[in-house]
Amino acid sequence: MQQTIKKLTGFMLGSIRDLAPIIAVILFFQLAIIQQPLPNVAQVLIGVLFVLLGLTFFIHGLEQGLFPIGESMAHAFAKKGSVFWLLIFAFALGFGTTVAEPALIAVAAEAAKVAAVGEMIANTEQAMDEYANGLRLTVAFSVGLAIVLGVFRILKGWPIQWLIIGGYVLVVIMTMFAPVEIIGIAYDSGGVTTSTITVPLVTALGVGLASSIKGRNPMIDGFGLIAMASLTPMIFVMAYGMVMLS
Amino acid sequence: MIGELFTHLWQTVVGTISDVLPIAAIIFGFQFAVIRQPVPNFSKVIFGFIWVLVGLSFFLVGLELALFPLGKLMAQQLTDPVFIAGGEIIEAAKATINLSWQDYGWVYLFAFLIGFSTTIAEPSLIAVAIKANEVSGGAIGVWGLRISVAIGVAVGISLGCYRIVVGDPIHWYIIAGYIIVVIQTMFAPKLIIPLAYDSGGVTTSTVTVPLVAALGLGLAETVPGRSPLIDGFGLIAFASLFPIMSVMAYAQLSQWLTERKQANKSENR
Repeated sequence: MQQTIKKLTGFMLGSIRDLAPIIAVILFFQLAIIQQPLPNVAQVLIGVLFVLLGLTFFIHGLEQGLFPIGESMAHAFAKKGSVFWLLIFAFALGFGTTVAEPALIAVAAEAAKVAAVGEMIANTEQAMDEYANGLRLTVAFSVGLAIVLGVFRILKGWPIQWLIIGGYVLVVIMTMFAPVEIIGIAYDSGGVTTSTITVPLVTALGVGLASSIKGRNPMIDGFGLIAMASLTPMIFVMAYGMVMLS
Repeated sequence: MIGELFTHLWQTVVGTISDVLPIAAIIFGFQFAVIRQPVPNFSKVIFGFIWVLVGLSFFLVGLELALFPLGKLMAQQLTDPVFIAGGEIIEAAKATINLSWQDYGWVYLFAFLIGFSTTIAEPSLIAVAIKANEVSGGAIGVWGLRISVAIGVAVGISLGCYRIVVGDPIHWYIIAGYIIVVIQTMFAPKLIIPLAYDSGGVTTSTVTVPLVAALGLGLAETVPGRSPLIDGFGLIAFASLFPIMSVMAYAQLSQWLTERKQANKSENR
């Protein structure tokens, strides 16, 4: 118990340091440039306190829960030696963590609005919902596929740059053919899919796998899953745009 | 106020649980049905999940109470044509204000600083930095990585704001960025490449996305000739591309410095 408290205090000090730059930037702009009083000072102070506590607890939980479970599962899969189940797990993790991602839901709704305003789909609630849901499923599927490919790469020991650069080439080619309206959203969708809970889990999975397979280096082979998961959505969202909007 | 706060907190906890539930279901489902082995330190892991849940909820409520309203308000105030023109023009003359891209100096500076500071506070980047430090046996410093990623995001977002102001098509920037990444990949130390690629996706989550999206939409709404629906997007793409370059640059720079130090040492002998 005492150890936990000691650790939490350490994390808390870390969180204060992590948040100091944001507070400094906001205060500087508010006081020196915009020169208007801060609205709702009390609310802001409570908010900052919550952010501090939240970050502290999160980092603590990360080291207690998310990292260990990700790694122990990677070791268990490597020991079991069933590639089939490992790949199924990889897909489920990628698909399952993305499909409910709030940032993705917001972006998909926004994209449906763009399509409706541009008169590429009917400007009705139903058409927009259908379009947004289709987009969400597409992105979630592409992230699942990305994790599967990325895990397979770790098993085979392929260098990540060939996959990523190949993906870039595909993105560039598709940009030339995709409808203009979807391009900005497609590029953004790569960044929004990887959430705060997914990143530590997927990282621990990759590093755990690479360190339990002989001949793999956790630094060279363990990282790269997130990169895959940020690349495939761009390709699939553009493909979705080409299929749905033409 | 206090009652409202608790309802808000409770709603966020429920929301976070429904986000975490599918993930937990997948993990424990596979653990029990496929792996069929007891989890080491099972109760510790469960408590870890609870800490993550509670932490994330507090974090989100805090962001909504403090950072998001302030950040969005500031993005609005800074992109307001009246402010940019110097604040002396009356409302009626608003339509006649003619601004060039140089007038948006404060916007670029704000974009740079907010990009940098939100990235430093980004929980998923902290997680990856901890892991990278552990795996590399300390060779990759937690702060070195976080600061170089933050610089990448800062440059990316300010360049993205410039792009919205001048209205260039996004794909030329992204394609140029890809070419630079490919060239850097050929020369960067091998160990850093996967981590550099990962840092692109890691940077943009809980803290950065809402603030940056507000800035992009604010700009696209107020700059004449831009549509928020089309030009408002793209900042996140910039914020995920530039860290790849800055992390590889950081690795190249530190390798170069070590080599030079060693060369100096052998010369002195």
